[in-house]
Amino acid sequence: MIRRNTIPFGPQHPVLPEPIQLHLVMENEKIIQALPAVGYVHRGLEKIAEKKDFIQDVYLAERICGICSFMHSQNYCQGIEELMKVQIPDRAKYLRVIWAETHRIHSHLLILGLLADAFGFENLFMRLWKVREQILNIMEKTTGARVILGVCAIGGVKRDITPELGEYVLRELDSVEKQLPELMDSLLKDYSVKQRLVGVGVLPKDKAHELGAVGPVARASGLRMDLRETGYAAYGDLDFKMVVGEAGDCYDRTMVRVKELYTSLDLIRTALKRMPQGPISVAVKGSPPADEVLARIEQPRGELNFYIRGNGTRNLERFRVRTPTFANLPALLHQLTGCELADVPVIAICIDPCISCTER
Amino acid sequence: MLNNVSETALDHISTEVWKLKQDGYRFVTMTCCDRGESHDILYHFDKNYQLKHLRVTLPKGTELPSVSAIFFAALLVENEMKDLMGVSVSGMAIDFQGRFMLAEGAPVTPLNKSIPGIGIQIQDKTPATPEGTVKS
Repeated sequence: MIRRNTIPFGPQHPVLPEPIQLHLVMENEKIIQALPAVGYVHRGLEKIAEKKDFIQDVYLAERICGICSFMHSQNYCQGIEELMKVQIPDRAKYLRVIWAETHRIHSHLLILGLLADAFGFENLFMRLWKVREQILNIMEKTTGARVILGVCAIGGVKRDITPELGEYVLRELDSVEKQLPELMDSLLKDYSVKQRLVGVGVLPKDKAHELGAVGPVARASGLRMDLRETGYAAYGDLDFKMVVGEAGDCYDRTMVRVKELYTSLDLIRTALKRMPQGPISVAVKGSPPADEVLARIEQPRGELNFYIRGNGTRNLERFRVRTPTFANLPALLHQLTGCELADVPVIAICIDPCISCTER
Repeated sequence: MLNNVSETALDHISTEVWKLKQDGYRFVTMTCCDRGESHDILYHFDKNYQLKHLRVTLPKGTELPSVSAIFFAALLVENEMKDLMGVSVSGMAIDFQGRFMLAEGAPVTPLNKSIPGIGIQIQDKTPATPEGTVKS
C-alpha cells in the first residue's frame, strides 16, 4: 500500500549549512513533489542599498555573502564603472582575478568538504578544510582579511600584491596542488562515494537550460556556460578553459568543481606571471550613475546578476541581486522529484546552496 | 548600459516570452522597480552570453500575467515580486500566498518606495552637478 506523507527537510538539518526548508511530499520512500520555503535569513539588503550612498554600497555588496564576498563587491564595482564609464587600470583587473579565483578555490573546497561530511566521510571533510585554510591564509596575507577582503573599490582595488607576496602565493598554491590529487581521488574514485553520487539527482541538459540552471550545476549537465569566457576583468588574457560535464548527476557536479580547482590555480599563476606594472586604481570623476545596467560575473556557484539603476543622485534608484543559488532552486526541485529520501542531503549539497545571499 | 531592451505591451508579454523560448533564450531573472504610479517590470534573457530584455510598464493595481507556465524558473522571482513589491501576479505555477520571502508580521511590500525602511536613516538625495567629483 502506498502511503503519502509530507516531510519538512530543514531549515535546521545536519547537512544544511544555511537555513532552507524543503517540503517533501513522499510516497513511501520516494519523493513525488518538493517545494522550497525560504525567508529565514532575508535581511532587506536591497532596501538598505537604496538608502546608502552608492560608494557605501560597495561595502554592503561585499556582505551579501560570507563565502564569495569579494565577487559581490567586484560585480557591483564593475556595474558602477560601466555606468560611469570608468576605465580601471590593467593591473587592477589582474588583481581582481587573483582574489576572485582564491575565493572560488576556497568556496569549492568548502562545499566539497561539506559534501564529504554529508555522506559521512568526516576525515575527508577535515582534510579538505585544512587545505582551504592555506587559501584563507593567502587572502589574509595579501589583503589583511580572510573572507571579507574589503579590497575592491570603484575605480580599481585598494591593495597591491608585491613581488615577494606573489612568490609566497605561488609557493602556497604549489603546496595546495600537491595535496589535491590524494583528496580528489577519494572524492572521485572511491567505491562508496561513487555509489552515493553516480546517477543521483540527474538533470538532463535540456532541462538545465529550460530551468535556468547556472554554474557547475549547468556545466555538469553539458551546458557550455561560464561568463569568464566573455573575458571580463583580465580573463580574456589568461587562456581560460571551461570545465564541462556530461551526465548531469551529483558525480559530474563534484567532478566539475574538482577540475575547476585546478583551473583556478592555473588562472592565479598566469595572472601573477602576466600582471602588468602600473597603478591599481583611478580617481572616479563625474556625476553619480543615472542609467541602468545588468552586471554579471561568474561566481563559484554560477552566474551572479546585479541590476543597478541610478537616478543621478548619490542614492541608487534600485539595486537588485539575483544570486546563482536562486537560479538553481528550480533545478533542485526537478532533481528531487522522483529520488529517494536518503539521497536528498547529497542532492541538496551538490547545488552548493548559499541561502544567505539568495535571500539577501 | 542596458542594451537590447524591447518595450512590450502587457497583453503581449506571454507571447514575447514564448517567442524567446522558441529562439533558444535562457530565462535569467526578472527585476521590478517602483516608479511611483507604476512598476517597471524587466524580463532578462540570455543566449550565447548576449542579453535581451523585455520591459513592461505595469500600472499599480493591474495584474501581471505569470510566465511560469513558459519558464518554470520564473515562479520564484514572481513570488518574490509579489512579497516585496506588492505586484499582483496571476496564474503562477505555485503561489506562496505572500509568504515566499516574508514571514508573518513582516512589513508589507517593503521594497516599495512608499515604505521608508525600518531603522535606517534616510539620506537626502542631494543632486550632483555634472562637474561633481566622486571620491571612492
